[in-house]
Amino acid sequence: MPVITAAKLQESYDVIIVGSGAGGGQTAYTLTMEGVKVLVLEAGRSFDPASEVAMFQLPSQAPLRGVGTPDKQYGFHDCSINSGWDIPGEPYTNASPEPENQFRWWRQRMMGGRTNHWGRISLRNGPYDFKPRTRLGAGFDWPIGYEDVAPYYDKVEMLIGVFGANEGLENSPDSSPGVLLPAPKLRVGELYAQKHGRKVGAHIVSTHRAVLTRPLDAETLPAKLHPNNGKAQRILADNMRMRAQCFWATDCHRGCSIGANYDSQTVHLRPALATGNLDILPNTMAREVTMDQQGKATGITFMDKTTGREGHASGRVVVLAASSQESVRLLLNSKSGAFPNGLANSSGKVGKYITDSVSSSLGAHIPAFEGMPIHNEDGAGGPHAYVPWTMHDQNRKGELGFPGGYHLEFTSGRQMPSLTTLNGIDGFAGSNGVVFGKQLKENAQRFYGCNLGFGAQGTMLPNDGSFCELDPMLKDQWGIPVLRFHWKWTDFEFNQVRHHQQRIRELLEAMGGKVSRKADADVLKSMRPGGSVIHEVGGAIMGDDPGKSVTNQWSQAWDVKNLFLADGAPFASTADKNPTLTIMALAWRMADHLMDELKKGNL
Amino acid sequence: MNTPDHLPRMDRRLAIQWMLSAAATLRVSNLGLPAADGDTAIKGKGYGPDPSMVKFYQPGDVWPLTLTEPQRHTARALCDVIMPADETSPSASMVGVPDFIDEWISAPYPAQAGDRRIVLEGLKWMDDEARRRFRAGFADLTHEQQTAICDDISNPVKAKPEHKKAAPFFKRYRDLTAGGYYTTPEGMKAIGYVGNMPAGTFEGPPMEALRHVGLV
Repeated sequence: MPVITAAKLQESYDVIIVGSGAGGGQTAYTLTMEGVKVLVLEAGRSFDPASEVAMFQLPSQAPLRGVGTPDKQYGFHDCSINSGWDIPGEPYTNASPEPENQFRWWRQRMMGGRTNHWGRISLRNGPYDFKPRTRLGAGFDWPIGYEDVAPYYDKVEMLIGVFGANEGLENSPDSSPGVLLPAPKLRVGELYAQKHGRKVGAHIVSTHRAVLTRPLDAETLPAKLHPNNGKAQRILADNMRMRAQCFWATDCHRGCSIGANYDSQTVHLRPALATGNLDILPNTMAREVTMDQQGKATGITFMDKTTGREGHASGRVVVLAASSQESVRLLLNSKSGAFPNGLANSSGKVGKYITDSVSSSLGAHIPAFEGMPIHNEDGAGGPHAYVPWTMHDQNRKGELGFPGGYHLEFTSGRQMPSLTTLNGIDGFAGSNGVVFGKQLKENAQRFYGCNLGFGAQGTMLPNDGSFCELDPMLKDQWGIPVLRFHWKWTDFEFNQVRHHQQRIRELLEAMGGKVSRKADADVLKSMRPGGSVIHEVGGAIMGDDPGKSVTNQWSQAWDVKNLFLADGAPFASTADKNPTLTIMALAWRMADHLMDELKKGNL
Repeated sequence: MNTPDHLPRMDRRLAIQWMLSAAATLRVSNLGLPAADGDTAIKGKGYGPDPSMVKFYQPGDVWPLTLTEPQRHTARALCDVIMPADETSPSASMVGVPDFIDEWISAPYPAQAGDRRIVLEGLKWMDDEARRRFRAGFADLTHEQQTAICDDISNPVKAKPEHKKAAPFFKRYRDLTAGGYYTTPEGMKAIGYVGNMPAGTFEGPPMEALRHVGLV
């Protein structure tokens, strides 16, 4: 079974998955390895990471030196096609015109979804992150705890390959022994921050990222991941051998033609296709989940973007993994007599409780780095270190004015020059004029690589003001009603961002950094708008109470037992960790449960 | 309207300043874009949401360029005053930066549209200023004469009134030239970027880098 066109659809599948990214890819992998017949629907086109990604191309080989444009919003060489905040023909709306109430929605319309363009930061949620209500009196407890997900974190990390170190941190869990790949050596800026950050209590450690710092162990890992399944072991071993280790060059956001970092196609879909149990239908925009009289999902109605014709795919089980809000949109657009307000929405909670990482950043010029001896610090195509959240005592005492915490991500170093590499250079030299000529060349050498910054990404607990619904008027180019977002920050987020800014400033100043920006009295000017971290989750949250949540702990809709979610939609909150690893772990856990239920005849 | 009738009531020095700045304002706002004969319109289309990412692109490959030969002459000269050649690295025009700037101001995207006007007006201002002061186009001046003009417009705070309007152009043109330069292979070498090379291992920073920041 291969990548197909609508004309080649089989009469029915065991499971239909909408979306081919982290959640859809993991679900397809887990199911097909165990013999389940699966169809994946993908809204974007097929994409070949081996031949289509631009790894070594220079900015001077791209139009406009590769800067972002409305056509390529993260830059020309970023591994995103037909994707963006604004996609012609695929609008969404915001209910409020106020800047602080805006939600921005990134859509990645290509095979593999957002896993093509990702920093590969793979941090586990910790035990506290699943129980904010119990611990902090806010948000909702998840119906599962860390111990439920931990075995799946191990499995996902072994499958995709994650480097990092076990640091024994509170609420930033270690992996089981032997699971993580070796952490790369830290760069000079990361080491410098590690040393001087101690003065202000910052504990800087190796980060965890889905990049192979050595080849995956194809001899032992397949048997650990697929005990008693020789076929799956062989397929996985072959796939692991097709992935090379990192060659210590090129930005991971460009994609990886050698398979050294994780993307869904290379790691999930390729072995899933090799099982013979997977069809993938690209260029297919899902419109609606179809239902039978008994209240079970029967498949997906879709728009074939290559022909403009509507089609239908049938399956015994439907899994939505279209990205959290796209899955929500599908539910809201699947109305019937039994579900007049959208499918699986008897609780009225579909679309509710959207959260994103709370984020702000700050950078400085570090004079100590001036005139640094020339050396290559490309490394693993992204950060090697981070600042985990360690202020748990203050959390417990309620001293901070916000629940949860945040981690800090580095931007540093002698990265490949871009069009804006010299920004701020006149100020560094103490000139209030525009330097040019020989002096500019000298200054460029002296100051290149001296910028260091931190971006904070923190906990957001759900609130009643951050949700989406169907826009009553607007439809997309295929006539499908679009989403209208409502966004509200609370004092929790404002207080957290004030803390970010103060904390980062302290850290930069501990390094002797000259912070370019004055503290903003208006916290809104510092913080990134809702959705813009592209960590939006929620909208179909899991819970213990069918009246207050959309799914149970298995991401299975309370109202429709053969309907599951495998993206960020069931997240009951955003942790101070990036969501992708957790999406994959929950998808694997969901898929195991789905197969159990299939075997028992419960679906 | 100010009329000559007002002048006697003004301080003489102030009046002269006023006349100079009014003249400068007039000059700058009148110059610039070729007349409204359609020459200023962007003709090309963008590369769309799904271009080949692996292809090597040259300015002019995706949308047509703008600059006339005389304009390119001035653009090249100004690029090289900003980024001159030296013993170890080439000048901006030797690595195609003027072509990049032409591509930039010809782009069919909103972020570049503002720079189109700034650059076209600015290049004309440079030539007019060169002719006014030295009786030759900017490209035909000596290096000292070119530098003298650039010095006058390189400080937005200290620039004389008649130079103030050209200062934002110079800042923008300098940024485009420097950014365009350091994104080329030669520019990367000049700034000290030695990455983008596959390697078998990553050894971390060398001892001399650690020593430089006091880590050993």
